[in-house]
Amino acid sequence: MNDQAPLLSVTDLAVHFPVIRGVVFQREIGSVKAVDGVSFELKRGETFGLVGESGCGKSTTALAILRMLRATSGRIVFEGRDITDLGVGELRPLRRRMQMVYQDPFGSLNPRMRARDIIGEPLVVHGLADDRTAYRARVQELMDLVGLLPDMADRYPHEFSGGQRQRIGIARALALEPSLIICDEPVSALDVSIQAQVVNLLMDLQEELGLTYLFIAHDLAVVRHISDRIGVMYLGRLVEVAHRDELFENPRHPYTQALLAAVPIPDPVREAQRDHELIAGEVPSVQNPPPGCRFHTRCPQAMPQCRTDSPDLGPLGSSLVACHLYA
Amino acid sequence: MDTNLTGPLLDVQDLSVSFRTDRGIVRAVDGVSFHVDAGETLAIVGESGSGKSVTALSLLRLLDAAGSIDSGRVLFDGENLLDLDARAIRSIRGDRIAMIFQEPMSSLNPVLTIGKQVAEPIRLHRGTPWQDALREAERLLDHSRIPDAPARLKDYPHQFSGGMRQRTMIAMALACRPKLIIADEPTTALDVTVQAQILALLKELTREADSALILITHDLGVVARYADRVAVMYAGRIVETANARDLYGEPRHPYTQGLMASIPGVEGSIGHRLKTIDGQPPDLARLPPGCAFAPRCERATGACREATPALEPAGNGRLAACIRL
Repeated sequence: MNDQAPLLSVTDLAVHFPVIRGVVFQREIGSVKAVDGVSFELKRGETFGLVGESGCGKSTTALAILRMLRATSGRIVFEGRDITDLGVGELRPLRRRMQMVYQDPFGSLNPRMRARDIIGEPLVVHGLADDRTAYRARVQELMDLVGLLPDMADRYPHEFSGGQRQRIGIARALALEPSLIICDEPVSALDVSIQAQVVNLLMDLQEELGLTYLFIAHDLAVVRHISDRIGVMYLGRLVEVAHRDELFENPRHPYTQALLAAVPIPDPVREAQRDHELIAGEVPSVQNPPPGCRFHTRCPQAMPQCRTDSPDLGPLGSSLVACHLYA
Repeated sequence: MDTNLTGPLLDVQDLSVSFRTDRGIVRAVDGVSFHVDAGETLAIVGESGSGKSVTALSLLRLLDAAGSIDSGRVLFDGENLLDLDARAIRSIRGDRIAMIFQEPMSSLNPVLTIGKQVAEPIRLHRGTPWQDALREAERLLDHSRIPDAPARLKDYPHQFSGGMRQRTMIAMALACRPKLIIADEPTTALDVTVQAQILALLKELTREADSALILITHDLGVVARYADRVAVMYAGRIVETANARDLYGEPRHPYTQGLMASIPGVEGSIGHRLKTIDGQPPDLARLPPGCAFAPRCERATGACREATPALEPAGNGRLAACIRL
């Protein structure tokens, strides 16, 4: 396979959920367009951050890529192969190549399983655990990789702290040697000092194993720290895709600007000098998004055109921006 | 109202709180002292289990049945709140001291209209007739920028978004023009852009009413934007207090230093490994002897593991609890 080819390419992805009314005579009265025309690529070895507020569709995008949700339309090409319409049988080998690390290190681990069995379960499921000695050695190796001590193998999840539990989740994701790991808010449930440990671990593992990350989070500071490129989502659409530094130093889309202005900088001196231009209102309902540009109801720079025409994501310098201001 | 012009508005002295758990008695707050001056914003920061929320709840004696205040004094306007009987403390709650909680959905009554809930403290504490109290509620909601407030007085909490519910909580908290507002993680459950709106509103309205604010949070960015002074808690104790600029500019306590260094997204560290604090926060039921931070501290010596360090002056009006300074 060509090394220059993207590891993952998502083209015009849409995920719509039907809204059903009625008990006996059910009818579809509309649809929730959770993801509506999203395109981006992941290069090998890079970290692509996906940010946005609740309801923006970032987690739905992840689930569609993992084929845990069906795409309504669009194409998902992974390792050179179109995986959008793979059948159940064909999905199994695919699962070995892409894995997920979940937000909640409490809810995502089976409380009745020992750490060793949680980490080794993917090996068992994929029939890679026949050689008992090799299996044990592999689990040990994985624990070592994520900084868990050998004597922790027989403990149950409740005996671990939040940070350690997240390490178990990461070890489990690594068990099948995937090329892509989708991290959905992997550190947002953790305390600051523990967050830093897990962020470091993810970065170390990437370097050591050449992993590619799709990193989903609402915490912009964490995303800025770990990502090479960042996509900003709003109500099911990508509004801006840019290199990390470009996005933070020169945000183009009014929503990106508003998002960055809303996040306080942990430095009182710089905070005092900042101009806190805050946008009004809250994110509208996904079920009934505004026509035209979905951000126009809150945009300080909205023009008449924004109320009717939905802007496409187009190049602007090295970035991609979906905004009529730059058309 | 008798205002003590010389002393601080709130003076907490040596407060200790413990909880009965199935693992024995756990001391969640251990000898905490701090003060709040009239009109200022004090942030209490710390990670989960540091005792920041328990401290906040103890001030108004809102602990659940498992918790008890073991010792200390909470002097408010010169009066010890811990000595008051149930009736007297109730007359202070929502009147001279108001509280804003993290989850507005569970702190609002689901079967009462928004208007009634905001009007209630006014009626209760001021004896204002319902009609007048409702009119005042309307004004307060409008002031908290609830769009179309008159029409929404008869709405129920479930008809409000998360941000609007928190605006309602702010309107309620400010109803009786309190001298002190205690806000416990008021925006943690909200989206970033809404969080910024709510905090800006809270800060603006407290300034307007000349109320003091205790802001309990784990978010060091929020502290930097809104706090005048900061108290850092670790394992039930305050380890450092300083004004915000000093604390961020030059943290003294090794825990504060570690916390500041582990913040991601700060220029200079981006893309590199973050400095971390090794190990895990301690188990409150099994605290180590001496300084609770010693097992994770790079600078700890034998003496740190023997006696608990007291909060002592560290120059420039700051206090720190570390014998290595």
